[in-house]
Amino acid sequence: MLIKMSGISKAFGPVKVLENVEFSLERGQVHALMGENGAGKSTLMKILCGVHQADQGQIAVDGKTVKIHSTNDTEQYGIAIIHQELNLIPQLSVMENMFLGREPQRFGVINSIKMREQCLEYLQLLGIENLDPDIEAGQLSIGQQQMVEIAKALSLNAQTLIMDEPTAALSERETEKLFAIIADLKSRGVGIVYVSHRMEEIFKVCDKISVLRDGQFVGEREIVKTNFDEIVRMMVGREIGDRFPVRNAQLGEIRLKVSDLADASISGINFEVRAGEVLGIAGLMGAGRSEILKTIFGINRKLAGRIELDGQALNCNQPSDAIAAGIGFVTEDRKNQGLVLGMSVRENATLANLSAHASYGVIHHARQMQVVQREIDRMHIRTRDAELEVQSLSGGNQQKVVFAKWLGIAPKVLLLDEPTRGVDVGGKAEIYQIINELAQSGVAIVMVSSELPEVLALSDRILVMHQGRQAGIFSQASAETIMTAATGGLK
Amino acid sequence: MNVQQKATLQKLGPFLALLVLATGLAITSPDFLTVGNLLNVFRQVSINALIAFGMTLVILLGGIDLSVGSILALSSVLTALMLSHGIDPVVATSVGVLAGAGMGMLNGLVISKGKVAPFIATLGMMTILRGRSLGLSDGRPISGLHSDFFAMLGGGYVAGLIPVPVIIMLVMFAVFWFVLKKTVFGRHVYAVGGNEEAARLSGINTDRIKIWVYTLSGAMAATAGMILTSRLSSAQPTAGTGYELDAIAAVVLGGTSLTGGRGWIFGTLVGALLIGILNNGLNLLGVSSFYQQVIKGVVILLAVLLDRANKK
Repeated sequence: MLIKMSGISKAFGPVKVLENVEFSLERGQVHALMGENGAGKSTLMKILCGVHQADQGQIAVDGKTVKIHSTNDTEQYGIAIIHQELNLIPQLSVMENMFLGREPQRFGVINSIKMREQCLEYLQLLGIENLDPDIEAGQLSIGQQQMVEIAKALSLNAQTLIMDEPTAALSERETEKLFAIIADLKSRGVGIVYVSHRMEEIFKVCDKISVLRDGQFVGEREIVKTNFDEIVRMMVGREIGDRFPVRNAQLGEIRLKVSDLADASISGINFEVRAGEVLGIAGLMGAGRSEILKTIFGINRKLAGRIELDGQALNCNQPSDAIAAGIGFVTEDRKNQGLVLGMSVRENATLANLSAHASYGVIHHARQMQVVQREIDRMHIRTRDAELEVQSLSGGNQQKVVFAKWLGIAPKVLLLDEPTRGVDVGGKAEIYQIINELAQSGVAIVMVSSELPEVLALSDRILVMHQGRQAGIFSQASAETIMTAATGGLK
Repeated sequence: MNVQQKATLQKLGPFLALLVLATGLAITSPDFLTVGNLLNVFRQVSINALIAFGMTLVILLGGIDLSVGSILALSSVLTALMLSHGIDPVVATSVGVLAGAGMGMLNGLVISKGKVAPFIATLGMMTILRGRSLGLSDGRPISGLHSDFFAMLGGGYVAGLIPVPVIIMLVMFAVFWFVLKKTVFGRHVYAVGGNEEAARLSGINTDRIKIWVYTLSGAMAATAGMILTSRLSSAQPTAGTGYELDAIAAVVLGGTSLTGGRGWIFGTLVGALLIGILNNGLNLLGVSSFYQQVIKGVVILLAVLLDRANKK
């Protein structure tokens, strides 16, 4: 047994986050840790990494009971974590990042030749030796950065790798590559804890699943002896109905029409979206999906083409122009672009149209509160109080606050970029419901998503991007068709 | 004690420190708790407090304004020159404050449109403006400001008791409190300071907010300059040197975060009072001025360290 955590309990103040939780990992095993947001997965992993200390319980590494007091201890026990938010220093090169704090040196001077050699050795191990050790980490794609992190972990002789939502920012191809690496690591006897919300993936790469719910250990299942439904039941503790709500929007007039749109990295984009319609945009990471949304919203500079809203030409030089025209944009990066984390739910929910709640620049607190409370009720935002800082909410509820912000401007068009990223199963279903209701009320929706099932189930039509160009728009499509188009197999 | 109560208590930390300090001084020095002395302290504090109010907005944005001392000096020199040339004192004072606002606006333009780091932009402005005030005044104090109105700004009393500068400070405190708490502009300042990208993507004109904030900071520095010049009956081209640091200290002591997005104007008032009372108390206790500086520095560091420890 590589790792055995038993009877782990942890409380933050009066709040019990973990109660008597068990978790074990064997060599060469990929063990999924699942549970809704707030179930205690992160806390459990933080205890394993020494970020938090357990109040009770024991951790054994290779059968020996150990005390992990701080993150410095983990190296000694061969435990490494690949964070969801990658931790490379963008200005340093790949090899400098890999050997940060333990640079090979001679007489206090860094031995770059040796460092480069060793770096290549580990990159080779992962089959990514085509990566230049001298390139700045910031220049790499997220997928490549993740590979570098894994290589770094291996160079630290890690036997236990914790991967937190490793595929969240990866393209389909990069995901395949990652899975190949995981398989290879398994064969070397490395144990992997795989934290993810993506059921399809887990059934593909994992050997075992452990489920947490509300800080309690619900159970452990062999992957071959369980199924999707059972795991979801264990996670939510109840039957959830369909994953995706039934769509029955009535399509109206054309709301948004885009012709020959181009910015610095995309060109030749043509589509129209009707009131009540959901246009999905699929494609690989870096294919230019988000760029379409950013150009419409006035973040990226439009180099060519025409955008029409309700038949009127629209030119947005900055986001405020788009907002004034009735366009909302749920960005992909909630924490950095969507919310002011230190502000309250109330203030975030009214950030895009604060002036509408004010006269002569003075805010009507009661009126503002009333509107916010209505949105909280309508979208089932779970917060004790609208005055709580939005960062205290779970990912799904934070995302609902972002939706609330845009509903406040009564949008004609809503642009969604990865609307359910980092949102748990229950929260996803609720967000799908919100998207559906918005479409029904006549909003035209353009949605970029990397989760194919989501795009397929929610969209009326799907635009597929390939290398900055539009590979096609499909009304009826299977996952295979879309993947073929996205990988350039359709001409 | 729930989370919110704890947060409130934490916010009141500087206020509690002020009470402790005041109580301590009241016990050790019989001269401290007299109406005359307290009003004196308030009047001394008013100049730093006015600058610190503007600085609070700047720091809430995650910025810094090093040029306030130079703005104070140049606007004072301008007003004094106008007064000595017989221009109407109300006009001269207004133009002085507006000139300060203009200098602040220049800061804001360089920072927002030119995308220069606030530290650098205001450092450059600090040097330029100091040079201008020395140039305009030939490096000499400008005196002979014969105006009752102007003398009243720094030396007058309302109801024969409360100094005019204290009234100005309290009125500006109320205005800033209201603006930060209740207006769209104020909340946008917090939003831009908390997460500029999210604010911009929510349609907030972040450049405009920045320009306004630095403009206000300049106006407040100039206002403080009017009071100082009035009290001294002359404009000193070297006035206000180092005032930016006292203002920053007041803001930080009051619990406003240097990274932006968090803080309040009440804290700044308390911070300014803390520094003022500390100065006053150390004087009353006869501590040498060399040691006064050491003690002031230690208090600032301690306050911030305590704040850190609390937040963990």
